[in-house]
Amino acid sequence: MAATEIARQAGEGARAVPLAGHVGFDSMPDQLVNKSVNHGFCFNILCVGETGLGKSTLMDTLFNTKFEGEPTQHNQPGVQLKSNTYELQESNVRLKLTVVNTVGFGDQINKEDSYKSIVEFIDTQFEAYLQEELKIKRTLHSYHDTRIHACLYFIAPTGHSLKSLDLVTMKKLDSKVNIIPIIAKSDAISKSELTKFKIKITSELVSNGVQIYQFPTDDETVAEINSTMNGHLPFAVVGSTEEVKIGNKMVKARQYPWGTVQVENENHCDFVKLREMLIRVNMEDLREQTHTRHYELYRRCKLEEMGFKDTDPDCKPFSLQETYEAKRNEFMGDLQKKEEEMRQMFVQRVKEKEAELKEAEKELHEKFDRLKKLHQDEKKKLEDKKKSLDDELNGFKQKKTAAELLQSQAQQAGGSTTLKRDKERKNFF
Amino acid sequence: MPPLLCRISLIRCSLRSVQLEFTSHGAGDFSYVGIDAILEQMRRKAMKQGFELNIMIVGQSGLGKSTLMNTLFKSKVSRKSVVSTPEERIPKTIEIKSISHDIEEKGVRMKLTVIDTPGFGDHINNENCWQPIMKFINDQYEQYLQEEINIDRKKRIPDSRVHCCMYFIPPTGHCLRPLDVEFMSRLSKVVNIVPVIAKADTLTLEERDFFKQTIREGLRANGIDVYPQKEFDEDADDRMINDKIREMIPFAVVGSNQEYQVNGKRLLGRKTKWGTIEVENIAHCEFAHLRDLLIRTHMQNIKDITSSIHYEVYRVRRLNETNGQPNAQPPNTLVNPQQANGVAAQHQVLTHEM
Repeated sequence: MAATEIARQAGEGARAVPLAGHVGFDSMPDQLVNKSVNHGFCFNILCVGETGLGKSTLMDTLFNTKFEGEPTQHNQPGVQLKSNTYELQESNVRLKLTVVNTVGFGDQINKEDSYKSIVEFIDTQFEAYLQEELKIKRTLHSYHDTRIHACLYFIAPTGHSLKSLDLVTMKKLDSKVNIIPIIAKSDAISKSELTKFKIKITSELVSNGVQIYQFPTDDETVAEINSTMNGHLPFAVVGSTEEVKIGNKMVKARQYPWGTVQVENENHCDFVKLREMLIRVNMEDLREQTHTRHYELYRRCKLEEMGFKDTDPDCKPFSLQETYEAKRNEFMGDLQKKEEEMRQMFVQRVKEKEAELKEAEKELHEKFDRLKKLHQDEKKKLEDKKKSLDDELNGFKQKKTAAELLQSQAQQAGGSTTLKRDKERKNFF
Repeated sequence: MPPLLCRISLIRCSLRSVQLEFTSHGAGDFSYVGIDAILEQMRRKAMKQGFELNIMIVGQSGLGKSTLMNTLFKSKVSRKSVVSTPEERIPKTIEIKSISHDIEEKGVRMKLTVIDTPGFGDHINNENCWQPIMKFINDQYEQYLQEEINIDRKKRIPDSRVHCCMYFIPPTGHCLRPLDVEFMSRLSKVVNIVPVIAKADTLTLEERDFFKQTIREGLRANGIDVYPQKEFDEDADDRMINDKIREMIPFAVVGSNQEYQVNGKRLLGRKTKWGTIEVENIAHCEFAHLRDLLIRTHMQNIKDITSSIHYEVYRVRRLNETNGQPNAQPPNTLVNPQQANGVAAQHQVLTHEM
């Protein structure tokens, strides 16, 4: 098969070509939008703040619905995160909204570990997305994205400055999520105190190096409004789900004996600004920042932690597969080494045992030999004795026969005299 | 890869399907939340980023491919307009030439890449002429995959994957040739194929209908799934629209670079002694349908199918083969034809050839 020639022209710098008529691809944004509408959107908000700062009420006010749930008690042993998902629909847009509340934040006596469960939760969501992305058979386009897009940090309206718990928590969260600080229950602070409070907060954040979310100013259509809003951070909000009749309209407000705080009145609080920025202008940007900045950072750290690199020391690009292979080979190699070691040890032990047993056997044999020898010695001794006794017996027998022979001879010669003598002797006795 | 375990102190995670309808909305109305403003935000973002489209044109030389490209995009986007060749020569081997253009219309910027394949089907022995094309398409998938699995990856991965492959069928009037069948059956598994009947002004309307019918039967008989594929229809509305399109493919098109005066208007067309063929007149040829399908209505859909189906199939195969496992997955309509076709074998053959 002949070799093929692949030529690529005008690579990076594509030439700009003028059109001689209406082609029709200006409908592309519409096509894209239609596809997204069919698919639906999802948005996840995390509310961090002490118990009783009005987080749930603010969510209700923002989205104009009553999300269920009763106020939590103040005696939680640790910080837990409660997540609820709702499906909202407005005109033809379907939104899957997930609201995550921190339960028990700031209630403990020792608050050192308060931020840990929040950071863990955020990391878990990133991890779930990363796992899905790394799967071989994946369904990214229908995956329910649970990554936190915006974190509303509720600051208690003390009027002085940020609490150290706030600073520590925000510092830990600023590289993981878009933080939008808001002053909760701001109807407790007067206007002059509010400006001082805001300045103090922003200067403390800056001096501690906390990076809060800045509304983007690179798109001309929204640059202006975003930059003005950036100056109003943190937003001082009031939340209310009760409606009060003002003039001839029913408005959301909080009624006091000395007056009524209208939620949607820009002179009273910054609620409208928050809603504008969070939902109407920058929702898409928040989602994009989460994906391209925070998630990518998490992913990079995680993969590097697992030992994957992009380039090896020779500056040649590694492919993930090669790294997988290398790692797997390493792992197998380790396993094999371990196996070898174990086998060696086993062989060693067996040898030792064998030697021991051999020793024991040898001993036994020796003992046996010794005993046998003893036995033989004894036997020999006895035989010798027997022999000597036999010899004696033989000697005696010989003597006896010799004596009898002499006697019989002597009897024949003077037999009677001996007999007489014997008889005399006998009669004598 | 060791499993990663994380403990979460989540006490309740429930999905509430609370359908809340907002009936009235207006900027000052307090019951209006403003969720639908996200559409506007998306549109803004899309306009800022611009779009990318990569089209590949495949067919024998002399079928009017370059002219059709120029007609489709109303500008000189074809290879011939960019590189002026002194004489027309058929390259000895199939070349793949891709040229990028930045075009803009009403504030929408698009980077259009036209990938030309001179030399296809022009030789005496056309065996394996699809191989360099398959290799090119798989190389683009490979490039995207490498970018995607990088640790430090770019904000927007440049998309050079081939979104659509236009296959030009010569207007014989009879039926599909073996080369057509072979090419389309192999490539329909990796890329969206849009077959067109080239130089359709040589066919009368009856001949055209007959030809189209035989082509459609030929495609069905050989199991070739051209765009819009039946299995990717999302819902009933989609199916209705796509069925109408499926009844019209392949489109019989005529391309032209020149304008003529017809009835007081200047129109693109071909002037002959017996009349002028208007390119954009649907009574004359189906160019307008092709353009509407490709650009005005289904462009996003084509790109989506490429990225979420064809690319994913490639990715699954690629990740499985490096793990050393045989591709033992539960029968999946998307994966099975792949194996039967021997595409995996093709890919390995090509890599060895490098």
